Amino acid sequence: MSQNHMTSHEGESHGSYGSYVVGFVLAVVLTVASFAAVLSKAFSYWTTIAVLAVLAVVQVIVHLVFFLHMGTATAKKRMDLFVFLVTVAMVLILIAGYLFVLWDAQMNMMSR
Amino acid sequence: MSYDANHAPSAHHDEHEQHGTETTMFGFWVYLMTDCIIFGTLFAVFATLCHQFAGGPTGKELFDLKNVEIETAILLLSSITYGFALINAHAKKKGAVLVWLLLTFILGVSFVCLEISEFSELVAHGAGPDKSAFLSSFFALVGTHGLHVTIGLIWMVVLFFQVLGRQGLGSRMMTKLTCLSLFWHFLDIVWICVFSFVYLGSVV
Repeated sequence: MSQNHMTSHEGESHGSYGSYVVGFVLAVVLTVASFAAVLSKAFSYWTTIAVLAVLAVVQVIVHLVFFLHMGTATAKKRMDLFVFLVTVAMVLILIAGYLFVLWDAQMNMMSR
Repeated sequence: MSYDANHAPSAHHDEHEQHGTETTMFGFWVYLMTDCIIFGTLFAVFATLCHQFAGGPTGKELFDLKNVEIETAILLLSSITYGFALINAHAKKKGAVLVWLLLTFILGVSFVCLEISEFSELVAHGAGPDKSAFLSSFFALVGTHGLHVTIGLIWMVVLFFQVLGRQGLGSRMMTKLTCLSLFWHFLDIVWICVFSFVYLGSVV
C-alpha cells in the first residue's frame, strides 16, 4: 500500500506540463465543437441536445483523466474511481427519475 | 497550526503523516462526491423546469453566448494555471507556485465578476429569479456554482499567504494544495455541464 502510495506520488498523480496541455487542447476542441453544434444550427433540436450531451460526457472524462488524474494504476486510485462511479450512478438515477416523473406530470397538467 | 512542516520528520513520523494525507485526500474526495449529488439535484430541477417560462423571457432571448464563451475560456485557463501551480509545488519552486496561484486567482475573480454582471443585468431587465420557474432554477444552479467558485477563491487566498509564510511547501501544505486542486478542477467539470445544458441547451 505504502509502495503504491510512493509511486502514485512520484508518478503521474500530479501530472506534467505536457499532460495538462494535452488535456487543455482536447477541452478547447470539445468546447468549440459544442458551441459550433448550436451556433451552426446544423441539427434538429433533439439531435443537437444529444450531440451536446455526448460532447459534455467526453469533455468531463478528459478533465477527469488529465486534470484530476483519475485512473486504475493504484489501489487508492481504484477506490477513488469506485466511489466516483457509485456517485455517478446515484446522480443518473436522480436525474432520470426526476425527468421521468415530473416531465409526465407537466405534460398531463398542460403547464407548458 | 503550530506544526512546522519544514521540520525534518523521523521515518516513523513520515509514515504516519503519509497515512494521514491519504485519509484526508480520500475524505475530501468523498466530500466532492456529495457536492456532485447537490449539483446533480440542481441539474435535475433545471431539466424539469427549463420550459416553464410563465410568460416571461426564454433562455434564447436572455442568454448572451459571447459572455458564456469568455467565462468558459477563463475557467478552463484557470484549471491549467492551477495545474501548473501544483506541478511547481511538487518541484518545491515556491516563487513559481505563488505566480501561478496569483494568475489562477485573477482568472477566478474575473469569472465571478462576469457572472455577477450577467446576473445583475438579468435582474435589471426584469428577469430575476422571481420571474419564472425557469429563471428560479437557472439562478439556483448557476448561482450555486458561482458561490463554490467564490469560496474556492477565498481558500486560494488563504493558501497563497500560507505558502508565502512560514509553512512553505511542507507535506501538510501539499495536502491542502492538492485538495484545492481537486475542488477547482471539479468546479470546471460542473461548468462543462452548465454551459452545455443550461446555456447552449436553452439557445438550441
